[in-house]
Amino acid sequence: MKKWGKAVSFIMAASLVVASLTACSGSGETTADTTAAGETSAAAGTETFLIGGIGPLTGSAASYGISVEQGAWVAIDEINAAGGVKVGDTTYMLDMVFEDDEATEDKAIQAYNTVMDEGAQVIMGAVTSGACIAITPLTLQDGILQITPSGSAEACIANDNAFRICFSDPEQGRAMADYAIDSLGYTKIAVLYNNSDEYSTGLQTAFEEEVKAKGGEIVASESFGADDVDFNTQLSSIRSTDAEVIYVPAYYQAATYISNQAKEMGMEIPFIGSDGWDGVLGTVTDASTVEGAIFSSPFCASVDDERVQNFVKAYGEANDGAVPDQFAADAYDTVYTIKAAMEQAGSIESEDMIAAMTEITVNGLTGDAITFDASGAAEKDVRFVEIVDGAYQYREE
Amino acid sequence: MNKTSAGKTPAKYGKIVLNILITLAVYAVMMVVIQGGMLSRQMTSIIIPCCINVMLAVSLCLLVGYLGELTLGHAGFMSIGAYAGALLTNYLDMPPVAELLIGMLAGGIIASVFAVVIGLPVLRLKGDYLAIVTLGFGEIIRSVINSLEFTGGAKGLSGIGTYATYKNFTFVYIFVILTILLIANLVHSRHGRAITAVRDNYIAAEAIGIHVGRFKTMAFVISAFFAGLAGVIYAHNVGILKPANFDYNKSIEILVMVVLGGMGNIKGSIIAAIILTLLPEVLRSAADYRMLLYSIVLIAMMLFNNSRFKLAIVEKRNLKKAAEIQKEGE
Repeated sequence: MKKWGKAVSFIMAASLVVASLTACSGSGETTADTTAAGETSAAAGTETFLIGGIGPLTGSAASYGISVEQGAWVAIDEINAAGGVKVGDTTYMLDMVFEDDEATEDKAIQAYNTVMDEGAQVIMGAVTSGACIAITPLTLQDGILQITPSGSAEACIANDNAFRICFSDPEQGRAMADYAIDSLGYTKIAVLYNNSDEYSTGLQTAFEEEVKAKGGEIVASESFGADDVDFNTQLSSIRSTDAEVIYVPAYYQAATYISNQAKEMGMEIPFIGSDGWDGVLGTVTDASTVEGAIFSSPFCASVDDERVQNFVKAYGEANDGAVPDQFAADAYDTVYTIKAAMEQAGSIESEDMIAAMTEITVNGLTGDAITFDASGAAEKDVRFVEIVDGAYQYREE
Repeated sequence: MNKTSAGKTPAKYGKIVLNILITLAVYAVMMVVIQGGMLSRQMTSIIIPCCINVMLAVSLCLLVGYLGELTLGHAGFMSIGAYAGALLTNYLDMPPVAELLIGMLAGGIIASVFAVVIGLPVLRLKGDYLAIVTLGFGEIIRSVINSLEFTGGAKGLSGIGTYATYKNFTFVYIFVILTILLIANLVHSRHGRAITAVRDNYIAAEAIGIHVGRFKTMAFVISAFFAGLAGVIYAHNVGILKPANFDYNKSIEILVMVVLGGMGNIKGSIIAAIILTLLPEVLRSAADYRMLLYSIVLIAMMLFNNSRFKLAIVEKRNLKKAAEIQKEGE
């Protein structure tokens, strides 16, 4: 009888696999279609240019990598549908291989080597900072153009061949400090940040330095840990100061708890935040808790802008109605940057494309005229989003 | 392994020669494929992680398999070694191999110092309690590294020279062999017998005069030393360290290798470590279903390990061996 039991459990395990395979096939098909489309056009006398994407598709940071992959496919499909990229006499159809790095450094190295084995001609990645830093020595050695959509640590673009689309954490923190003091007119500011997260600490350090340099005052600097849900202690101590505004450089999950608990305590101090706030309206139970909050954000899916809405539509159609986030928009811009670099260089050699990077201007979703300086950083306007009547809105300068 | 006869029989000499031959053959094959460029880049970059995991699994095998204590803080010792070694080599200005040697020595020693400090009070606990305390220890180490300035905090420690890549395979391989050799010899020595005696029945062990606390601490410290060494190699393979990578998941990953290899089986641990490092890479072609397949393979391997099918094979082999020994005796 025992033998039968084992056989049954094997069959059940097997059926589980089959069930999950069929359940997931929705997203799989779109990828297959696009590759097929690339191949047929390649057969028609054009060549294929392969982008090597690296990012987390599994693990706790998986949502970022998946967004980047899907955002990049939207751009690739658009470009291929419009006839590909013309470099000299040849037309290139874009294609992409995307490998999982689980947002860890050692896996990123293996993912990089895998995409290189598959013949990648440019690297889009890695999505997370640590993984990105881990592969920079290798990309430098290979002399390949590397553009990270979202690696915000400074060391990500230390080498000449590495560029980035997003703002670095210090840049964003400084920009918010300037805006809070110059445009919003605050002088006494409290900061509430996550001290176990490099994103949050990077923003907090730069913000506080810039506020002090501008003559403002940090009246409180309170920290919390990863996965904290109770912020009453920190909020109480902020309440006891004469803070005019609270800066919360954190992700939306924390921002939701913080704004809710502040409201419960009867605090009337407004919030300013970082781009991690995008999505906060989806998690708050009462939109009035975040009403009037202002955060820096390069991209916001719900703003009324034709290009943004076209992207949101295309993204949703390809991914069962999912709404793109900032990572998807960064990846979309990365692909268009690669296209611009190919056209400007008139070549698909990494060496020429790297040289062309500082000469191009990309009209992207995360900035109207993105240019790159020699350090590899993107220069674009910082945008600020305000929550008005329970909806996101770009703030006019 | 269970031979108790005093002195070295010809069969035992044969075994030693065989082991040396296997070691050399593996080295020769690896050198040929690396130098000859026969492997894809993906496979070349997995060689050193395999070596690191073998060192980690074998060192944990001493604790879990032979001492019989479940610890979940192995990643903590690995991170201490990694950070200590990396900080030192960042500071030194010498030829890479010399830097790496010094870094490894320092990493291993500092990890074992921590093991003494933690081991003395903690090893009074047994079973589940020890597991929880070591789990806590690993998390404390991670939080401390996270909040210190000189370790780079949450941003991580970058700019570490990548000395321990596949180009330095010989160097890493020597340390892997040293780890296996030292731990295998320890286990089969007088001290090793004492350690397994503590596992099997600590009251009886104490009654025949084995100092239980001392042997527990010894195993703990030796295990931490090699975890520290593996950490230093990891640091110089990847070039950046982040505290988040040394969380309890890493400890459990190592534990899985040991359990899969069969508790108290060094050969098994080595094979399991290599398989479990290769598996996610080999499964890359399965794309989205990679992690799903990985888990299924794990479950299947576990089922096989405990199946009657495998037991039958092992029994057959043992009978054959016994027959051979008997023949020799005659």
